[in-house]
Amino acid sequence: MHSFTYHRPVNVKAAQALLAKAKDASLLAGGQTLIPSLKLRLTDFDNIVDLKAIKGLDKIEVKGKNLLIGALATHGAVATSAVVKRAIPALAKLAGMIGDPAVRNVGTIGGSVANNDPAADYPGALLALNATVITSKRKIPADKFFKGLFETALGKGEIILQVSFPIPKKAGYAKFRNPASRFALVGVFVADDGKTARAAVTGAGEQGVFRSKELEAALKKGFKPESVAGVKVSANGLNSDIHAAADYRAHLIGVMAKRAIEAAA
Amino acid sequence: MPTVTLKVNGKKQSADVDPRTLLVQFLREHLRLTGTHVGCDTSQCGACVVHVNGHAVKSCTMFALSAEGADVLTIEGLANGSALHPMQEAFRENHGLQCGFCTPGMIMTAVDMVKRKGNDLDEETIRHELEGNLCRCTGYHNIVKAIAAGAKAMKSGAKTGKAA
Repeated sequence: MHSFTYHRPVNVKAAQALLAKAKDASLLAGGQTLIPSLKLRLTDFDNIVDLKAIKGLDKIEVKGKNLLIGALATHGAVATSAVVKRAIPALAKLAGMIGDPAVRNVGTIGGSVANNDPAADYPGALLALNATVITSKRKIPADKFFKGLFETALGKGEIILQVSFPIPKKAGYAKFRNPASRFALVGVFVADDGKTARAAVTGAGEQGVFRSKELEAALKKGFKPESVAGVKVSANGLNSDIHAAADYRAHLIGVMAKRAIEAAA
Repeated sequence: MPTVTLKVNGKKQSADVDPRTLLVQFLREHLRLTGTHVGCDTSQCGACVVHVNGHAVKSCTMFALSAEGADVLTIEGLANGSALHPMQEAFRENHGLQCGFCTPGMIMTAVDMVKRKGNDLDEETIRHELEGNLCRCTGYHNIVKAIAAGAKAMKSGAKTGKAA
């Protein structure tokens, strides 16, 4: 690991000031991706700005028709939150499927969303649920937030504060894990807001998370497993690697979509 | 170098550290608490699991400076003097270890599991919860048995350690 200067601001304002001043800086939330990346020298920064001392950023609450989850809420906290379980049970289930218990005790939703790992679980949920990422500067709809592998719309010095999820009528998530890494080979999140249904796919796309046109078209027939039975998903733009070929991933998208709808609540 | 101040096994500790220092390095190299092990150093094997503010974490994937002000419990702080913690005793009774390298992490994970999931743990729950802890000797059978027994024993209120 290359050396860096460690900062520990106690509020968002101080964190922003640090980011504005520091040339080469990264935010640190749970660190479950950042620290392994630093160790492997896949990345390095002159400054690390640890958000852990900022109070209140881990709050989970329902406001009106939205579920608001603070950026520093851990996967473990989301998985076990009575508020999340009541509002969007599929989201609690998804959080409980990330990593392992010790990783869930530290990893955060803000970190996962900012990192936009192509096999991460949260980005699919944000897209399918039509969520909004609330930052220190603006509100960014999920459709405009994810910009390809590990890329997001976040600008320099911008800090994710919350993610706002409109509470759907029904939502479900199913993932097919890589048996070794346990990451999503294909994960499908489906959500029905009563008017339209959205379906997002993680793990499979060459450019990371995406909404599936084929699935969303099929769901116009109704938010039920039969609607997606036999739906043909194109293998164009899907990953082929030692774990699975693109056409296999395309097939799995249909299978996972069906399971996600069956599990939806 | 910046200073980190935290509590480890109930005792206040303070030291100047390079910011790169991982919590596990701080525990092992600064405090000489070598019960917490480094296995994979990539947050997969779980040999380094300790409790930070009551939650199991992989101490190889946390900076010591991030634990500022925290209450850390390691395997050394689990026993009550010479009386083993019920989970430690259960691992001994059930032959839940062979080489023992993964054992500190297994036990810290098991205690966290009981806190979150209660004292009646079925085999499926235990195996699922052990997703982040690898053992290369036992084949897990006796670890699972030990955790089920230890969880029950913790209910009967045997005295436990110093912190968290």
